[in-house]
Amino acid sequence: MEIGPYLMLASLEGAVTAAVLALTAVGLSLVFGVMRVVNVAHGEFFMLGAVLAWWVTGLIGGHPALGFAMALVLVPVLVAGIAVAADMTILKRIAYDPERTIVATIGILYIIQQVTLMTYGPEARPVTPPFNTRLALPWVEFADGAPRLYWPWGLSTTSYKLGVIAAAGGVLVGVWALMARTRIGLLMRATQLDRDMALAFGIPVERVYALVFGIGAGLAALAAVLIVPIQQAHYLMGGDPLLLSFIVVIIGGLGSLPGTVLAAVLIGLSDGIISVFFSPTLAKILATLLVALVLVFRPQGLFGARPR
Amino acid sequence: MTKSNKTPTRREAMKTLALGAGAASLPLWARYAGAQSSAPIRIGFQVHRTGIGAAYGRWYDRTTTAAAALINEGGGINGRPVEIIAEDDGTDPKRGAEVVEKFATQYNCDIGFGTLFSHVVIGSAPRAGELKLPYFVVSEGHHVASGMLNRYTLQPGITDVKSQVQAMAPFVANTLGKKVTMIFPDFAFGHDHRDYFTAAIEAQGGQVLEHIAIPPTETSFTKYFPKIPRDTEVIYHVMVGPAVLTFVKELGEFFGPQRPEMFGFIDSLEAVDISSPGLEFLEGTYFWEGNPRQAQADQSPYDAFYRERVGVDANGASVDDARDVSTYSHMFGCWETLHVVKAGMEAAGYAGPQDRASLIEAVEAMTDMPHSNAHPQGAKLFNGKTHQVFGHQYITKVTGGKLLLVHTTSIEDTLYPDEADYTTQAF
Amino acid sequence: MRDGRKTLGLHLGLLALLFALQFVLPAYHHGNLARIMVLAAYAVGYNILFGYTGLLSLGHALFFAAGMYGMGLLVNQTGAAPLAALMAGVIAGALVAAALGVLALRTEGVAFMIVTLMFAQAGYLTVLYFGAYTRGDEGFVIQQAQRVMAGIDLSDPSNRYFAGLLVFGLAMLINLWLVRTRFGRVLIAIRENEERARMLGYDVFVHKLGAVVLSGTISAMAGASYGLLFGYVGASFASVQYSIFPLLWVLLGGAGTVIGPFLGTLFMFYLIDLSSGLTTAYMLIAGVALVLLTLFAPQGLAGELRNRVWRWLP
Repeated sequence: MEIGPYLMLASLEGAVTAAVLALTAVGLSLVFGVMRVVNVAHGEFFMLGAVLAWWVTGLIGGHPALGFAMALVLVPVLVAGIAVAADMTILKRIAYDPERTIVATIGILYIIQQVTLMTYGPEARPVTPPFNTRLALPWVEFADGAPRLYWPWGLSTTSYKLGVIAAAGGVLVGVWALMARTRIGLLMRATQLDRDMALAFGIPVERVYALVFGIGAGLAALAAVLIVPIQQAHYLMGGDPLLLSFIVVIIGGLGSLPGTVLAAVLIGLSDGIISVFFSPTLAKILATLLVALVLVFRPQGLFGARPR
Repeated sequence: MTKSNKTPTRREAMKTLALGAGAASLPLWARYAGAQSSAPIRIGFQVHRTGIGAAYGRWYDRTTTAAAALINEGGGINGRPVEIIAEDDGTDPKRGAEVVEKFATQYNCDIGFGTLFSHVVIGSAPRAGELKLPYFVVSEGHHVASGMLNRYTLQPGITDVKSQVQAMAPFVANTLGKKVTMIFPDFAFGHDHRDYFTAAIEAQGGQVLEHIAIPPTETSFTKYFPKIPRDTEVIYHVMVGPAVLTFVKELGEFFGPQRPEMFGFIDSLEAVDISSPGLEFLEGTYFWEGNPRQAQADQSPYDAFYRERVGVDANGASVDDARDVSTYSHMFGCWETLHVVKAGMEAAGYAGPQDRASLIEAVEAMTDMPHSNAHPQGAKLFNGKTHQVFGHQYITKVTGGKLLLVHTTSIEDTLYPDEADYTTQAF
Repeated sequence: MRDGRKTLGLHLGLLALLFALQFVLPAYHHGNLARIMVLAAYAVGYNILFGYTGLLSLGHALFFAAGMYGMGLLVNQTGAAPLAALMAGVIAGALVAAALGVLALRTEGVAFMIVTLMFAQAGYLTVLYFGAYTRGDEGFVIQQAQRVMAGIDLSDPSNRYFAGLLVFGLAMLINLWLVRTRFGRVLIAIRENEERARMLGYDVFVHKLGAVVLSGTISAMAGASYGLLFGYVGASFASVQYSIFPLLWVLLGGAGTVIGPFLGTLFMFYLIDLSSGLTTAYMLIAGVALVLLTLFAPQGLAGELRNRVWRWLP
């Protein structure tokens, strides 16, 4: 394939990765920003989202879109509920101590994985996309001095992949509106800025924490519901999204939601585009080193102002 | 279940019990308590219950359980029942080695058995060798025949990747095309495919235009497909892990209506329903199968017997749940290996751990294994020097959503010169 | 100085106990303990950076693997003698740690976690990329004949046990010595309050770099020994899991204690091993145990001991 169409294809693929990553990472960023804890089980909430999506779509017959719509609504709420329960029974009791939270969430990770393995099983299972048409894409070439459209071999995407990008964009706007325009968003931001001050002003910080933990997990689950028609649900699928969204949150600058989204786009796209020029594994190595070096030379992240 | 109406003598009673009559509900120690000679033969089964191998592990477990039940119904081994002691290795080489130690020194197993993933085998085999525990792996890796392991490690129930891959080359070159692009995972298993198939297809006058190695942690694949050269006639693909279905789907979406011929190793779709959404484009493509998951029109009685005992339907799924697709191309290895162990122990007059060396010598002495209930996948030829078995390979074509057999290789197609001679190593 | 004598007594007592245990333990636990001691040395190395200096790394598998591959590749590719290869592994680990330290120490806190994680991930992928030498994920075997060091066959159970004890004892004594030196006390000062340490005139960067190198070198020593003692070198030891394990062991055992890493490793090993024998759902048990420990023993096992019984525990 020529370089132009190849870059376009790689960018499209990168955009899908970026869209899902942005949702997952914004969830982690909220938890990180407001509660100041690293939730190692965040990837497992993502996995639960995918697995529950498979379960919900299996319950409902008829057109695949019907079951999928149900999953989109139900699954994030279910996962958020599980997360809130974990927060109230465990994290609250260890007072959100950063180190103990790491061990506790590793414990939660084990528990969720094993329970999923025992109930759902070890297989990777697919979910039928609500709509999925292969779209061949055109490219411009210059023949006899005039631009001309043609359809290069292999340059294509699917309507569903475009749908994922659009849906993720919509949800992100929603999260922004929630944070910036609602009272509950105000409470979250106040808690993020100064926990003690928020307490002093009578903000129910513990309830805000539980809510944030739930919303964070719900966003990860939503991202998983969106991706599961492309990638299958599997009980070990939570590792990658955890690492990637972790990276995105730091690169984006702690607690900065726009930074997180921009970093997700950068990482998603660079992953796709670097793979154009190098052999696949080498491309992964380079992309990984790039992330490390960005942080080495800009430790506060690309868009973070306040060093930590 | 056999029934015995006359009043049995003690000896006969033991024998009847050994036939499994009505005793299935009792724990083994209760069934055979008493006589030393009737103590069970303990087989440590290293099973991938968690980790990336879990989908395989579940079927390895079912096949092993079925084979052990069959052997026990037939009187066990040397009049002793077989007891399977299964422990999870997490599909991890470190834990694998620990489990082998546990078999040898804690559970007092007679042998270790059943490992699939190559890195677990290679991580565990040195410990098995040091502990002098006969270690029967079911891994299809080339590690045994390459001479990397030791005299205590054998692979008598499943063929290795080198023989499988090279046997495919004549069919691919003569039927599908000579210009091949290979897509494989960028780790040792993939590299074996790359090296052995490239050499084999060149020997057939073909060539590999491009090698595309995919990093093992990858979950999206489309971005690599433009590296496929335009004049490719055949795509040779093999992928393992939970993302295989994504890989195959995206391959289909990439090509759309203009795909080249495609030849894949069923590893790409092991434990996956071939009629899953998004796989429609596989219609008319070819697969290597170690053992065809679809019951073929000329199905052997042995396959029918094996299928029924393990609980697999004609489509290769569980009889209890049609969505639970088996790892049919690999799991027969557990069945056949246990039968080889039985034959070996009987030939060696195996009575206990002191006879471990003679068990290995007895297996090393084996050659032909005829197509039978003990070897339902097909006839086999065992090479005692390299500790590796050789057998027929199958090529199926997706026709009407089913994998139908189009070619069976001869055993000769799969042979290659010996690379090791374990029989020269001391016990 | 009475506390000092108690400290020394306790730790030498542990080593003596471990030495004596090899004569009475049944074969299975004997083998396990050899393994645990090598892994505990890894945890001790990790603890120097995490527990004493306050730097949380998620990339220690890089050092463990540097030691393992530095040793293994030399033996496998050139047929080097095991002792020389072991040394080479340790040096490889020290060099990798120095290089990583220079870069990663420009960051702090979570950014440090990510940078170390990313470098370790790049290291893991590099092992796969050079599959022609490393055999990638599959790894390779160090044959028994290549594991005879100065006439001592390391595949023999007693020799292995003794070697494991040596590796662990060395790591622990280095740690004990460290906490008594000025260098070690500066590290603790940095952990408690970096700004104050800087204002007191200490070169914080150099001290942290020293801690990274020491920690990486001990981890590499554990990695190289592990490969040599158990005869296998594989990429799974370079994966992110093996960066998280030492963190877990140290947190369980008690961060910033000399004895904690050993307790944590021992506890985690037998938690998995025993529950795996009882049930297939052993991860569930492990998960619940971790959660309970954070709820009821927040300072880790040794930390609780220090709080409740032995206030003098270093």
